[in-house]
Amino acid sequence: MTEGASLRIASVNKDFAKANDVEARTIALHDVSLSIAAGELVSLIGPSGCGKSTLLRLTAGLDTPNSGELWIGPEMITGPNAERGLVFQDPNLFPWLTVRRNIESGLVARGKLQEKRHEVDEFMRLVGLETFENAYPHHLSGGMAQRVALARALINHPKVLLLDEPLGALDAFTRMRMQDEVLRLWQARGTTMLLVTHDIDEAIYMSDRIVIMTPRPGRIERTIPITLERPRQRNSPEFLQLRGEILEMLHFAGEARSAEV
Amino acid sequence: MNTTVQELKEPVPTPAANTKMRSVNIVVPVTTRLPAKIWLAVPLVTAIAFVIHLWAAKNQPAVETNSYSVFLEIVFGISLLIAGVQLFCPPVRRWMQHMCPIMAAAILLLSLWEAITSGLRWLPMPYFPGPPGVLQSLITDRARLFDSTWHSLFLLLSGYALGVAVALVTGVCIGWFAPARYWGMPLLKVVGPIPATAWVPLAMVVSPSAMFSAVGLIALAVWFPVTMLTASGISNTKASYLDVARTLGASPAYLIFRVAIPAAMPNIFIGLFMGLGASFLTLVVAETVGVNSGLGWYVSWAQGWAEYGKVYAALVIMAAFFSTIMTVLFKVRDRVLVWQKGVIKW
Repeated sequence: MTEGASLRIASVNKDFAKANDVEARTIALHDVSLSIAAGELVSLIGPSGCGKSTLLRLTAGLDTPNSGELWIGPEMITGPNAERGLVFQDPNLFPWLTVRRNIESGLVARGKLQEKRHEVDEFMRLVGLETFENAYPHHLSGGMAQRVALARALINHPKVLLLDEPLGALDAFTRMRMQDEVLRLWQARGTTMLLVTHDIDEAIYMSDRIVIMTPRPGRIERTIPITLERPRQRNSPEFLQLRGEILEMLHFAGEARSAEV
Repeated sequence: MNTTVQELKEPVPTPAANTKMRSVNIVVPVTTRLPAKIWLAVPLVTAIAFVIHLWAAKNQPAVETNSYSVFLEIVFGISLLIAGVQLFCPPVRRWMQHMCPIMAAAILLLSLWEAITSGLRWLPMPYFPGPPGVLQSLITDRARLFDSTWHSLFLLLSGYALGVAVALVTGVCIGWFAPARYWGMPLLKVVGPIPATAWVPLAMVVSPSAMFSAVGLIALAVWFPVTMLTASGISNTKASYLDVARTLGASPAYLIFRVAIPAAMPNIFIGLFMGLGASFLTLVVAETVGVNSGLGWYVSWAQGWAEYGKVYAALVIMAAFFSTIMTVLFKVRDRVLVWQKGVIKW
């Protein structure tokens, strides 16, 4: 099953006014181009300030680029909609809604609840939260809350799922379990996924391709295809070798930046 | 997938388990048998109050004090009766364990008051009647007090409802729409802080009836805090809630009514409580100066006749009346903000 759509980012530039000086601009993204095939899982990694999250917000349609275009399949992105789901590091569940109502909220927002109510149960089973349907978010552990956030984002069957360090706040064990869960959902649905992460292991473990970005100005340094067979072994020699290479690249990126300054 | 099972084992309380835990936390652990000092507290203190009353009342006309004796006898009887019932009824026992100390303290305070006023006569007499005098006034003038309470309730509820309705609309507009904020906020900041009671002279000139102006003043008093808190709650809605909602396909109406307003609810309730306090104040002032009915009017009327027993009787009614309304609002808040349970306490 493939619900995903291709994503094309073409020569996107984005700058922001600096907080302390209205005249000066911070260049968040400089001439960023990236093509992602339908159903592909791509990770963005890089030091903070390299524009990963900005790129994700542009893809979600929550911000508009200063120049360049973003395309989902044949359609240009002009604003946010239910085709592109978004999950943050903080699950951002609506605290005033129960788990079930949080998951339903995507259907309610589109006025499709009557028609698709049965899918809510399906998604609660999918993320293993049937017994918590009437709990409020503050009763949930971090991992459970993030699962609810995933289910809420997936209920609209987005063509692209944007993940902004979704597992960053979880402890190491929960994080590894959740990586498997995300992969399971990805394989089951064929959703195109764009994952921002700080965790190199996570990027190698999950992605078809890793995009390394560098800051000031934020741009794509290089793209590394990961061809390891799935399910991947976190301690195989190939895995560790890749990890070493990427670390070196990121270190190099760091040196280049300090030389620039 | 077994990952799920493993994580579900975490001792995360379901809401049901949670409420149970909470109620046990609030109420002292339930014992099977109530200690004598608990169930005897109220009868004992009532007996003491009765003795003090007999001593204090010996130099007073019997008619004035008789009803207070009856009152104490009733309290004594009921407290013994309940002490009997609790032997067979655990909920009553729990309730008693919680309530007995505070009720005993209340009765002690009544005796203290009586000892100081009618007993020792430390306070100038006509201005400080003892509890028997106040109880007597409550009983003899009950028809007029009931009528006044009824009028106050009507006035308060109409003013409060009007104020809240207008404030929610203005608050949401100012909090959400930038132009409304630009034009509305200065008005709110300049006009809002004027105490509603300061408008009394103007209100009396402008409005067709005193009743009308009182409703308007109460509404004005409520409007300011509710608008202010609603607007700040709406404009402080966490941006990521709105971002998430947008990527779920939310329309502007959904963002306002299903995200911003629920997110602002805790703030809105703070405004509702502040507004309620302001409305009590304004109610009493408005009744005193313009409207010829209601508890505020009753107090100044009784004072005019130097019937201080009635003044205190009205104050007792006010205390019960206002705290009941406050309690109702607390209950509403607990219902609406059930999702905050255990997160925020106030």
